[in-house]
Amino acid sequence: MAKMTYIKAITSGLDQVLADDPKTLIFGEDVGKNGGVFRTTVDLQDKYGEDRVFDTPLAESGILGLAIGLSLTGWRPIPEIQFMGFTFEAMDGIVGQLARDHYRFGGQKNFPVTIRTPFGGGTHTAEMHADNLENYFVSTPGLRVVTPANPYDAKGLVISAIESDDPVLFMENLKLYRSMKDEVPDDKYTVPLDSAKVVREGTDITLVAYSAEVNEALTAADALAKDNISAEVIDLRSLSPIDTDTIYASIDKTHKVVVIQEAQRMAGVGAVVASDIAEDKIMSLDAPIGRVAAPDSVYPFAQAENDWIPNSDDIEAKAREIFNY
Amino acid sequence: MANGSKQIVDFAKIKATMADPYKHPVQVINGDGKVVDPDTLAKYSDDQLVDFMKKMVWERTLHEQTMNFSRQGRLGFYAPTAGEEASEMGSVTAFKEQDFLLPAYRDLPQMIQHGTTVAKGFLWSKGHVEGNQHENPNMMFPQIIIGAQYVETAGVALGIQKNGDKDRVAFVYTGDGGTSQGDWYEGVNFTSAYQAPAVFFVQNNGWAISVPRKKQTAAETLAQKAVAMGVPSVQVDGMDIVAVHEVAKEAREFAAAGNGPVVIETLTYRYGAHSSAGDDPSRYRTKEEEKPWFDADPLIRMRKVLTDKGIWSQDQEDKLVEEYKDEFKDAMKEAEAAPAQKVSDFLKWTYNVPTPAVKKQIAEFEAKESK
Repeated sequence: MAKMTYIKAITSGLDQVLADDPKTLIFGEDVGKNGGVFRTTVDLQDKYGEDRVFDTPLAESGILGLAIGLSLTGWRPIPEIQFMGFTFEAMDGIVGQLARDHYRFGGQKNFPVTIRTPFGGGTHTAEMHADNLENYFVSTPGLRVVTPANPYDAKGLVISAIESDDPVLFMENLKLYRSMKDEVPDDKYTVPLDSAKVVREGTDITLVAYSAEVNEALTAADALAKDNISAEVIDLRSLSPIDTDTIYASIDKTHKVVVIQEAQRMAGVGAVVASDIAEDKIMSLDAPIGRVAAPDSVYPFAQAENDWIPNSDDIEAKAREIFNY
Repeated sequence: MANGSKQIVDFAKIKATMADPYKHPVQVINGDGKVVDPDTLAKYSDDQLVDFMKKMVWERTLHEQTMNFSRQGRLGFYAPTAGEEASEMGSVTAFKEQDFLLPAYRDLPQMIQHGTTVAKGFLWSKGHVEGNQHENPNMMFPQIIIGAQYVETAGVALGIQKNGDKDRVAFVYTGDGGTSQGDWYEGVNFTSAYQAPAVFFVQNNGWAISVPRKKQTAAETLAQKAVAMGVPSVQVDGMDIVAVHEVAKEAREFAAAGNGPVVIETLTYRYGAHSSAGDDPSRYRTKEEEKPWFDADPLIRMRKVLTDKGIWSQDQEDKLVEEYKDEFKDAMKEAEAAPAQKVSDFLKWTYNVPTPAVKKQIAEFEAKESK
């Protein structure tokens, strides 16, 4: 067991699947000699050779075409889209093709592709680098969408994603890459692809979040605890599908819930979670469902992003409002 | 620049001559049925030539029978193929069973030749999943998004290369409009960057629904587009089955030998509508334009060559047409007998491991379906 950053944990997971499964391939822009623009694939080309870890020409739709064609010839592709904003260039490949192909063949062919892509605000990147675009993908049947909020889950989830025979979009949070360290086992282990996790137990109110907002929710929970408000924090981990069982069990205990996301408030993950709760658990609630989300503008230019991204103060304020309802 | 001084780059000359290497379509039998390349024709036995003719008669009959079925409301989406028999049959017959075919929606005849059944082709048109389950696994389904099959070809070709498969290539089709897609360039360029084995066909049939070839690009030929990706390319008379086959065979050998991909532009013509769903070519093109293409028909010119050789007769052809019609009618019966599809099955195929929500929906639909 070693203390590891989120990004090192992902690299460790990739290293282990490359070692265990000779049919796995990592490819994308700058992933080879450079080890990725964030060094997520650092040293992997040296270790496994250019045949297994290789650079592509600069074209995201082409990268998805490679992934689908390689699946058809028996490979287990792990393409990287350098920033999530660039997935728009691969929208047909991901949504129009990859997610539908298993279905189109009546289940006879598998497309075990894991698309890794960094996203998330707060690091003052150029435009189209930080957007939370998960809402476009969670409405796609056939595609799983997961995103870890800590180094332990990062390694276990990336291994599960790659070993899954379903296509998985694996979202890596830019701000978390090097800002947190955890105990991460050296051995290979998996984290289930479709399960949320209670990351802090509480009895008075449930805070449902994912990715970097989990840390904001934990900070808010600390502040609420000072006033003897016991908040339970749930990390969704999987955005498609949503593990409603874990959320509902918590609501049965707390009877109050706030749903949190960094993405804009308009149709998306938080809206789905809130509507599921409204449909199945409204009789267990004794206050309205609270929501915390970014406002419905285009992702802001970098200098304003910290005013735009929901933080622990926003979560704390909403939690107090719902708690005191 | 002062008036009259010499320019250091002659852009006008570059523009006027850049297509020169590409605008000499390979031809063995010309539009009048005259053999213009007897040496190449001599490479083919009488049996092979008769087989080419049979395949074109088969495709033309398939087209006519399919149009009948469409008019009777027994099919869904269908893209007519009349006029493109030499391009389609000449090319597909140059490939081997282990080669991987990535077809577009006008390529059902090549799929059937490569290892699926006519009944499955009809099932695809009717929107039945069994239409995508082929006897030969080395095949994608007909791609609807124009260009997607080109980027996927790069992956298949790279996979073949990484598997170390010898004597195996990917081959793919699109039309003239398809070359305007970004995916067209990405597919050819990726394959070239990895020097992976693929043959890219552009069946230039003159029309992308109602938009003529000349409005797609100012490039004089579509073949020349390949040079930008470092890929050799050629135009071929797409109404001449021997020329198409010979070029396709040489391209396959070149690619399979590890030399990287090839682009082939076949010059052909879509006799009919874009699809069976209401397109009317008289809205956008004239009879005067159509006539020379109809006169250059691939069956007419092959019929002449074979008749001159004394190895083909109209009686023989008429009998074949009847045989093929019966075959297609049987295939339609087979397609119509396929079990009805169930929403619960579609839900089961959405993921390998159904999600909790999908599991619930499977149970709901199974309950409905058992009533």
